[in-house]
Amino acid sequence: MGIILDNLPKIERLPGGGIALTTADFLINWSRNSSMWPLTFGLACCAIEMMAAYASRFDFERMGVFPRPTPRQADVMFVAGTVAKKMAPPIIRIYKQMPEPKFVIAMGGCANCGGPFYDSYSVVKGVDRIIPVDVYIPGCPPRPEALMYAVIKLQQKIRLMKVKNGHGATPLQSAGARKLV
Amino acid sequence: MTQESSTALKTGQMFINFGPQHPSTHGVLRIALTVEGEVVVKADPDVGYLHRGIEKLFEARNYSQGLILTDRLDYVSAMPNNLAYCLAVERLAAVQPPLRAQYLRVMVSELTRIASHLVFFGTFSVDMGAFTPFLYAFREREMILDLFEMLCGGRLLYSYIRVGGVSADCPAGWEEKCGEFITFFKPRLKDYDTLLSFNPIFKDRTANVGRISAAQALSWGLSGPNLRASGPDYDVRKAEPYCVYDKLDFTVPTGKTGSCWDRYYCRMLEMGQSAEIVLQCLDALAGTACLPAGRELPPGEIMAKGVPKILKPPAGQAYAHIEASRGDLGFYAVSDGSPTPYRMHVRGPSFLNVAILQEILAGCKIADVVAVLGSFDIVLGEVDR
Ligand code: SF4
Repeated sequence: MGIILDNLPKIERLPGGGIALTTADFLINWSRNSSMWPLTFGLACCAIEMMAAYASRFDFERMGVFPRPTPRQADVMFVAGTVAKKMAPPIIRIYKQMPEPKFVIAMGGCANCGGPFYDSYSVVKGVDRIIPVDVYIPGCPPRPEALMYAVIKLQQKIRLMKVKNGHGATPLQSAGARKLV
Repeated sequence: MTQESSTALKTGQMFINFGPQHPSTHGVLRIALTVEGEVVVKADPDVGYLHRGIEKLFEARNYSQGLILTDRLDYVSAMPNNLAYCLAVERLAAVQPPLRAQYLRVMVSELTRIASHLVFFGTFSVDMGAFTPFLYAFREREMILDLFEMLCGGRLLYSYIRVGGVSADCPAGWEEKCGEFITFFKPRLKDYDTLLSFNPIFKDRTANVGRISAAQALSWGLSGPNLRASGPDYDVRKAEPYCVYDKLDFTVPTGKTGSCWDRYYCRMLEMGQSAEIVLQCLDALAGTACLPAGRELPPGEIMAKGVPKILKPPAGQAYAHIEASRGDLGFYAVSDGSPTPYRMHVRGPSFLNVAILQEILAGCKIADVVAVLGSFDIVLGEVDR
């Protein structure tokens, strides 16, 4: 399986055999959070820091984060940059094209709340006005390390998801807060 | 997104949306392509997906607050944006920055040019299907970012160049580190040549693709490496020297055919020239360059005296332009005597570089669209503003 079984919780090894027992929740969540494939999707300045995170020094791939060019293969969307009003409909469309379960990380002040353009006439003041967001990263731009920390936080969140609860990490999400109207 | 329905087109023609979410558009540009088989018949660049209203926001900020907006125009090379803005405002308020600050300004601009062209080198190679150069490019770029971090704390957006000077003098050991980086970097340019520039597959995909004649380039208002790749050697650093460029010795590389490969290679040569300029500036800061008597550069003298926190330039207008990484970047400032500008207009090189796409892309093969678009090295923050 590629992981050291003995160190993990909820794993029970049958004596003498190559069989291990675990819960479905654990197995599903483990496979989900070990390979978070983000969408290659940069909006503005923050996207350059996102690129830096993929590149040599930070090497995002060692965390299983490997960019995919199409939303249909992506698990997580990094909204890296300013969301202009003209860009809002395509973002919703891209979000809808991603298969479930899907997660969103809002990177930078702009994606959180409008950032330096809080009083602009053409900027959506926070991407959470149009799609649900799982993790927010403050900063303008956040450093690549901050993006990595956000992915770790998201992985922690995913570990809390339960099949019983309809895959929500929080009661609110289980009740359908992730659904777009 | 789909206002233009495909029913309006003739038989055999197909309508394709290239972008706004496409890994090769370098941001959020949309090109509406009409194709016939493999050939592009019509290409319509559609900009505005990153319109943030920056020019309007200038009017609601005072002159020092407006500075942070300039970083966010061309975010891949933020220093030259700061510089152009400060030059315009300084001209408006008749402020003269000290000589040391001018050398520092030139130095950081040239380092940013290297960093920005490295991003181009990396992303262009990814567009052409080669991932390895991207990793090398970002390795070197991180070193430059480390230098900037020592200098002003920012990695990407700096606001280092301020009206009247720069925000901080170089910290202890910075000059040596900068020298070390240039010594490390110069041989890397040869690596890039062997890695990518003269690779037969890469040359096949870029040489003779998307050719622009000198007359075409001039009439569409191209500038920067995109113009120089076609032949004309117009460079603001030479044509209208600002800061201390008239004291520095460098050449302006030009191309011949104006193809994608020429645009690419012009930038590679420019990086070498930028490295030379940085070395000369380092000499000047260390006092070894021959400066006129009494003009040595005392450390710490980085800000013009008597620049107030809230600047109120007299009513009037001023224009300043510089050679940014992507071309001729200009700021036109109008003041009515109040603490906020009456109008601030930005002449962004990327915006004009996008305009020519409609002419160049028509007649290209679909596979070449990415090559042509990548070779222009546009930054959407500056296109849409
Ligand atoms: S948060 Fe800052 S760095 Fe990020 S997109 Fe907005 S302005 Fe650019």
